Amino acid sequence: MTPLLNPLKKTELIGFVILAAIIVILLPAVTDAFRLNLVGKYLTYAFVAVGLVLCWGSAGILSLGQGIFFGLGGYCMAMFLKLEASTPEATKIQSTPGIPDFMDWNQVTELPWFWEPFHSFAFTLLAVVAVPAILAFVIGFAMFTRRVGGVYFAIITQAIAAILTILIIGQQGYTGGVNGITDLRTLHGWDIRTDTAKTILYFVNAFLLLGVIALSMLVRSSKLGRILVALRDKEDRVRFSGYDVAAYKIFVFCFAAAISGIGGAMFTLQVGFMSPSFVGIVPSIEMVIYCAVGGRYSLIGAVYGTLLVNWGKTTFSESFPELWLFAMGALFIAVVMAFPNGLAGIYKSHVQPLFKRLATRNSDRRDAPAEAPAAIAE
Amino acid sequence: MQTDKNGAAPRSMQRRKLMIGAAALALGMAAMPRLGLAQTPPTSEVNTTGLAVTDDTVKVGILHSITGTMAISETGSVQAEKLAIKQINDMGGVLGRKIEFTQEDGASDWPTFAEKAKKLLVEDKVAAVFGCWTSASRKAVLPVFEQYNGMLYYPTFYEGLEESPNVIYTGQEATQQILAGLDWVAKEKGAKSFYLLGSDYIWPRTSNKIARKHIEDHLGLKVVGEEYYPLGHTQFNSVINKIKLRKPDVIYAIVVGGSNVAFYKQLKAAGIDMTKEKPLLMTISVTEDEIRGIGGENIEGAYATMKYFQSLDNDNNKAFVKAFKDMWGQDIVIGDVTQAAYLGPWLWKAAVEKAGSFDIDKIKEASPGIELTTAPEGYVRIHENHHLWSKTRVGHAKADGQYEVVYETKELMEPDPFPEGYQ
Amino acid sequence: MFADYSWSELGSIFAMQGFAGLVLFSVFVLMALGLAIIFGQMGVINMAHGEFMILGAYVTYLCSNFFQSTAPALMPISFFIAMVLAFFASGALGMLVEMGLIRFLYKRPLDTLLATWGLSLILQQAYRTIFGAREVGVTLPEWMMGSLPLTDIIEIPINGLIVMAITLAITLAVYLIMFRSRFGAKVRAVVQNRQMAGAVGIDTERVDRFTFGLGCGIAGVAGSAFTMIGSTGPSSGQLYIVDTFLVVVFGGATSLIGTVASAFTISQAQSTMEFFLSGSMAKVLTLLTVVGILMLRPQGLFVLKVRR
Repeated sequence: MTPLLNPLKKTELIGFVILAAIIVILLPAVTDAFRLNLVGKYLTYAFVAVGLVLCWGSAGILSLGQGIFFGLGGYCMAMFLKLEASTPEATKIQSTPGIPDFMDWNQVTELPWFWEPFHSFAFTLLAVVAVPAILAFVIGFAMFTRRVGGVYFAIITQAIAAILTILIIGQQGYTGGVNGITDLRTLHGWDIRTDTAKTILYFVNAFLLLGVIALSMLVRSSKLGRILVALRDKEDRVRFSGYDVAAYKIFVFCFAAAISGIGGAMFTLQVGFMSPSFVGIVPSIEMVIYCAVGGRYSLIGAVYGTLLVNWGKTTFSESFPELWLFAMGALFIAVVMAFPNGLAGIYKSHVQPLFKRLATRNSDRRDAPAEAPAAIAE
Repeated sequence: MQTDKNGAAPRSMQRRKLMIGAAALALGMAAMPRLGLAQTPPTSEVNTTGLAVTDDTVKVGILHSITGTMAISETGSVQAEKLAIKQINDMGGVLGRKIEFTQEDGASDWPTFAEKAKKLLVEDKVAAVFGCWTSASRKAVLPVFEQYNGMLYYPTFYEGLEESPNVIYTGQEATQQILAGLDWVAKEKGAKSFYLLGSDYIWPRTSNKIARKHIEDHLGLKVVGEEYYPLGHTQFNSVINKIKLRKPDVIYAIVVGGSNVAFYKQLKAAGIDMTKEKPLLMTISVTEDEIRGIGGENIEGAYATMKYFQSLDNDNNKAFVKAFKDMWGQDIVIGDVTQAAYLGPWLWKAAVEKAGSFDIDKIKEASPGIELTTAPEGYVRIHENHHLWSKTRVGHAKADGQYEVVYETKELMEPDPFPEGYQ
Repeated sequence: MFADYSWSELGSIFAMQGFAGLVLFSVFVLMALGLAIIFGQMGVINMAHGEFMILGAYVTYLCSNFFQSTAPALMPISFFIAMVLAFFASGALGMLVEMGLIRFLYKRPLDTLLATWGLSLILQQAYRTIFGAREVGVTLPEWMMGSLPLTDIIEIPINGLIVMAITLAITLAVYLIMFRSRFGAKVRAVVQNRQMAGAVGIDTERVDRFTFGLGCGIAGVAGSAFTMIGSTGPSSGQLYIVDTFLVVVFGGATSLIGTVASAFTISQAQSTMEFFLSGSMAKVLTLLTVVGILMLRPQGLFVLKVRR
């Protein structure tokens, strides 16, 4: 293994800057308010995809339940916004004014205890990150210390996603059930439904995403990141070298969960509601696909992958609504069969050599390692 | 999307003006998103708000799931809406304009519904949207319709507890659908005890809540069990055993989707013969559409309360059923929601013509009081609360998958989405 | 809750409930056996398992329509003919999929998950295009839909009996194929050591293909059997997938006996809880228990000791 001297490689930095330019300058410049809001929605999924790059690409842990964390983050934010929307004046036609409307429909007459803290915005912000992280810790601790991994881990996370969905839907007096938490209006009196607000939220979201990516890059280029890669490729050897493998895995899983929670909260803010359809199995797997399309080893690729798949989904379902599932299915298969490293892989194998030839004078030292799949086949 | 290519010269001039107006409007809206609409000067008499209305066409949206789990149920609604639009166009359209539709797929996913609703209103600027099926999808799009001031015609029977100026509810709300049926079964069948059963989400829960109140407080009868299963559940043997143990006179079932098929097949296999009416089964969720999946022989003898059955014997309905089959195939069946979806475009046409304008605000105002004497279900009228006055009927399921109407309320039932005493 | 009932009533109900539990057990075994072979023996995560089941259901639907219109006399046994056809249809599709897709991915088990998920989307849409978005009603022979009344309360559903019989037959067949036949010996050899199996002259690719086909074929039979108790629509397969995977994983993926044992445990737990609690909560509690046990014992109930 080549020791890396500077924490961030030059190529990664350039990629980061280009991505930043695209989502902060280019997209807002060329799209109208409606489409920009859509892009903003897609970018919230990118948080999950970035988390998956860390978990799955770097550390080899495939979770099929990332929707859980996205959903939890989103629900935390939605609970705060719903409480703000349910003032006694706004809900005076209810038999119990001052509680969210769906509770009233379900004969809940008092705000449940776990809703109380969500009156506080500070607590909500904390919960958006902490609730997913804590759940991830519990799951991770139980699984990784018992050396559950690979396929088993994937399926157990899937089952947890199923449980949570049934729970949320079944407890509709407390959670809004299958409808989710809808009709969110204001954040501290600021109407989040206007186009201006949505544009502002888009930029908040974009900068948060960039921040998260930068943080993830730091994690990856640190010693911690290299241990993760090592344990992905030869877990036993890392363990025999005296590292506590479980602790590293738990950390990266919690980190990914926390990131996903932020994405969920931003989703709630931009879309205006949260529903259990994000917690389930289908969205969780779709999010893995975003990551796979972008290239499971590339943080930046994950963002492009998310944008591409969702853009494709929206366009396809607008032009050929009856055929879009074919296209999506074919995309899944194509990515796995032909481009296992996704967009990032295509870039590495086709586009980058081109640049290299154009700028041979600059390439004085080593070719870029590490980001490409070092060795997964053996 | 097809566009008219043979416009006469003055007309196309006018149209260009209109387009310039629309472009200016769009720019204006981008610049001041919140004020835009009301302040632009009228570009034409019937369309002062920049909807997608030209001199000879008007664009509407159809928003249903054609993929995913709900496609099963929503297909019929799409077909009915397309039929109504075609018939209206054949009669000369609305205010002399042919209806063009843009269809979007909600993909059985509520956020997608919201996204597509917004697209229809903001990008396509449709004059009305016919769509949604589940309560969850309606809840998801409702803020969009209120914010961007659109008009939604929602076809499904649903739980009530809602009344939006931007929605016309062409299906029945829960009290309309439930109460008459319960009265009938108590009076005619002498039912004394009920077992309430449903899929686990808001419509069955709210409906059963209303049913329970009515059974206990108004009829003075007994509810011996109430139970919910997750959507998509396929194993009902345990609950069937519980039903056998409690021996209710009536099983009141609000099971939906794929669970329906499993429930009725297992019920029959467990030896509960519905034709013997011991216990009697009453449902508000199984239309003729669902029976196709269940199989007529598996549900024969059950009773359903709704406002429409395909077998209704009146001239409107005969013409409707014939037109529907001519368009979509002879072996197709038509359920309550399909008929309600068919009403949507007609009610909208009537409202536009009464208002003399496509403007949403004028349609909202014009809607209450609008009557439709040509409705397949008979006669309907829009109430102040944007729901429909309609009759409630009880159907008796036959082995061929059709219902025989055995009871019909004398009067139109008043829609009451926020029923006093049932909360 | 039992105070109002006589002992005989209670006895009957518990008998009925026990039977319901057995039916559920059979359903779980049928669902899971095909997957246990594919996942346990080959390490392939087949997310399209549900769609293979539904293919079997659609074959049954076509078959029953065919017999109804052309040979009503054969109707009483049409179901069993349909079941055999379902086996071959799903099995053939499975082998095709293995050839075109799965065999490139044996070294990347997690990627099979993504690819088969894509496959399941395509299959769902294909069903929707071919058969329509609505559920289809499968007409079953009249004699299969009734029940056998034993006492006033106890009535044995015939379709439950048939499901149990089919499950028994399939399980027995799988046992014979996997543990008493030459083919089974080869499959087990390949599972335990691929290189060595290849070295002694086993055509491992062929074995893989037939194993995958066998698993999918069993899924087809299961789908065919479920037309008696469930719905047949383009996305009905999705209803089964989580339960199926849980049963397999809980049983210890590499052990077929484990699959049967776990199906028994989960089905009994679920049907008992459904009787005492409401349906949704019973489901959640069952899943929670299973996940809880899996966390304590991640390798599942039964483990095949293999040197890795």
